[in-house]
Amino acid sequence: MTPTRASSASTAPSEPLVLGIETSCDETGVGIVRGTTLLANVISSSMDEHARYGGVVPEVAARAHLDAMQPALEAALAEAGVTLDELDAIAVTSGPGLAGALMVGVGAAKALALATGTPLYAVNHLVGHVGADVLRDDDSEIELPTIALLVSGGHTSLLHVRDLVDDVELLGETIDDAAGEAFDKVARLLGLPYPGGPQIDRVAVDGDPAAIRFPRGLTLPKDLVKHRYDFSFSGLKTAVARWVERRRDEGGAVPVADVAASFREAVADVLITKALAACADLGVPRLLLGGGVVANARVRELAHERCAAAGVELRVPPLSLCTDNGAMIAALGAQLVARGHAPSPLDFGADSTLPVTSVFVA
Amino acid sequence: MILAIDTSAGTTVAVVDRDRGVLAERTETDTRRHAEVVGTLIESALAGAGVVPTDLSAVVAGVGPGPYTGLRVGIVAARAFAFGIGRPCLAVASHDAVAFERLSTGAGGSGSVATPSGRLDAPLVVVTDARRREVAWTAYRGLDADGLPVPLDGPTLARPAELDGVLGEAAAWPRTDPDDTAVSAAALGMLAERLFEHGREFAGPAPLYLREPDVTVSAGPKPVGR
Ligand SMILES: [Zn+2]
Repeated sequence: MTPTRASSASTAPSEPLVLGIETSCDETGVGIVRGTTLLANVISSSMDEHARYGGVVPEVAARAHLDAMQPALEAALAEAGVTLDELDAIAVTSGPGLAGALMVGVGAAKALALATGTPLYAVNHLVGHVGADVLRDDDSEIELPTIALLVSGGHTSLLHVRDLVDDVELLGETIDDAAGEAFDKVARLLGLPYPGGPQIDRVAVDGDPAAIRFPRGLTLPKDLVKHRYDFSFSGLKTAVARWVERRRDEGGAVPVADVAASFREAVADVLITKALAACADLGVPRLLLGGGVVANARVRELAHERCAAAGVELRVPPLSLCTDNGAMIAALGAQLVARGHAPSPLDFGADSTLPVTSVFVA
Repeated sequence: MILAIDTSAGTTVAVVDRDRGVLAERTETDTRRHAEVVGTLIESALAGAGVVPTDLSAVVAGVGPGPYTGLRVGIVAARAFAFGIGRPCLAVASHDAVAFERLSTGAGGSGSVATPSGRLDAPLVVVTDARRREVAWTAYRGLDADGLPVPLDGPTLARPAELDGVLGEAAAWPRTDPDDTAVSAAALGMLAERLFEHGREFAGPAPLYLREPDVTVSAGPKPVGR
């Protein structure tokens, strides 16, 4: 570490201007924040290019990140009305995520930081989702500790956040598919297009969530011993496939709305049940949601109902900050700068399995 | 003054100047650590050359061919650095830099240059590893009167055993060893300076992938049995 790159609490700006770069999956995100104020949130998605494959293709995503990076940087600076030389820091997602996709963001961030002489912070994508909450414009400050449930096509994780920058614990995560992946696979099974989440949500409106009792993964007493806060969606996906096949074999029409509603209910139920179990076990009366699956109407609805019943305060950042984005990375970077943390050493890499205990690479 | 970055094989970074030549070059041969080392190599090359970013007039990226994951790191770094200093980012085929280095005495190579009449007398086939049991090749007739490589064919992928067949007249020319063909950012940078000096065109900015993304389109849900 060169002395010029080090910073100390005494000189740290309290409202640092930070640019964040996010490329862990299929969204190229560049966001700019000043402290806890959102100035720009530019997202370029390659989702349409993945549609015909029914899931994210890592090489397609990485190629799209390379094409989108500079236009996204330019658009974010224009939207925020700031110039590169005004930045106090740059933050970039170092992991977890798709390795080849992460590397595009890491390469861009390092070069941009060196070209402009700006300190660089390599941060954790999952903790970034939690950090998004500080950008809410209703001025209600995030209260800690909180339980955080982060659900997307790439991850399903339950965290215990005692401090945003230096005390995050992973309580559990999926042991097979991410919840978002299960939505994509079941949608395909029902002949619905990619991405599956919004499609399932759309057709489920007319369905009966109690029509079919699909299994709730890892909720049996014997599973709870080892996997109290872990998730599993591959058994659910298989159960839906079997149910649909049996119905087709019997020559009956598949009640798409009922299957979608019952499947969605099973996912939402297990997500919220486990999250609230963590709140109760750990005596933490707060739950924060993050990740693209938060867009699912039933997940949000069930969270509101059950949290109200359990006396747990529910926080859901705006949807544009729940899906993967650069602003949440910038927001976490700004917290690190404000707390006087030194920048990351320049030789960090893309770490596809970066643990949440590494809020940033120090 | 140009900052040159190439990650088509290992990671190599150089600062060059048209008049003063190569000011600094830093290279990491490991072909799996591009993201880790690209920053420290840029920092070290700039320090070694004794220049600050705003002294540079352009950045040049080697656009391959090369294994994609690594290749993209250098290209995005070159683009972002150029964007950061408000200078243009130029692109040059990485194979052109190899041919330029091997054929040009001015770039430290031992080959011959074009005769005064401009006759091309030093053909070369640049062959590099493309993974998946394939190589990437570009055939060059030699250097032209300005000392710039003249590509004849390629870049194209081939299985090593099929190379003689696809090269045609170039099958008899000298070729580089795909296991031992490193790209030099110094050569890339000096080639860029010379292209600029002679008002020549640069390569397009896109990476030379040579393959479509590796994907399997799903044939629909498979029966899971019961
Ligand atoms: Zn995410």
